[in-house]
Amino acid sequence: MSDIAERLKKIVVEHLGVEPEKVTDNANFIDDLGADSLDTVELVMAFEEEFNVEIPDDAAETIVTVGDAIRFLEKNAG
Amino acid sequence: MFDLDGRKALVTGATGGIGGAVARALHARGATVALSGTRQSALDELATALGERVHVASADLGEMDSVEALVPAAEAAMGGLDILVNNAGVTRDNLLLRMKDEEWETVISVNLTAAFRLSRAAVKGMMRRRYGRIVNIGSVVGAIGNPGQVNYAASKAGLVGMTKALAAEVAARGITVNCVAPGFIESPMTDGLTEAQKAGLLGTIPMARLGTVGDVAAAVVYLASAEAAYVTGHTLHVNGGMARL
Repeated sequence: MSDIAERLKKIVVEHLGVEPEKVTDNANFIDDLGADSLDTVELVMAFEEEFNVEIPDDAAETIVTVGDAIRFLEKNAG
Repeated sequence: MFDLDGRKALVTGATGGIGGAVARALHARGATVALSGTRQSALDELATALGERVHVASADLGEMDSVEALVPAAEAAMGGLDILVNNAGVTRDNLLLRMKDEEWETVISVNLTAAFRLSRAAVKGMMRRRYGRIVNIGSVVGAIGNPGQVNYAASKAGLVGMTKALAAEVAARGITVNCVAPGFIESPMTDGLTEAQKAGLLGTIPMARLGTVGDVAAAVVYLASAEAAYVTGHTLHVNGGMARL
């Protein structure tokens, strides 16, 4: 697992209070991990902070699963 | 009770009658305050009077850039923001038939849109810290209307709706959002009324006096306190019984 994926999954586990094994690449933040809409906004904010990157609203809307987030950050996080 | 030691508060319109009293009251309970307003000299004067734990953040809430910069500036100066008091307000009274678009837009933009933008900016950090108090200063006019003030009444009623919606959005994050709705208060805003208008007004107020800015500030202190944790989405009317809502 890449460093980015590892750090990201840790944030998701902490923020949503879910079991680490549930946080798979295919896990949907809302349907599988029980996030509500405000959680998803907060997660994006947390990712921005952790990876020192700006995630614009239209990009944030495309981040639906854990894998989506990892791919976005692997591409955009410096 | 109502101890604000260590809390960091931003008060907009701090040079106005109510805003100044709110800033003083929060400060007296121990909060660090950032004072925002348009008149630099009046801000400096209030800051000097308060002494320590005070920051001055000059801003014109009719200017978009000025609004956007305010919360980050206050957070940087104080090292965070726990309490936001959206107090800044203007009037451009006119009968609807004579009201110009600019009179409508100015009032909506300063009284309502600025409060929206400041809340949006403040909620970010508050969510992270899992604590926040937003107090919007409304008006009795927002609930019962007042001839000559369609713009002002709409802006203040708008604040009440925004308060309720935002309260529901952020309640689970330890952030409360409430409104304090003053009735007629002795302040520069009501100094413009004629004696005859004032006398007419008093007839409508069961307590037979105008409110003081301290009456309003006390309500804000309560809603800004940790003790008010379970009160959110509420409008607290401070009007001497004039409108019993």
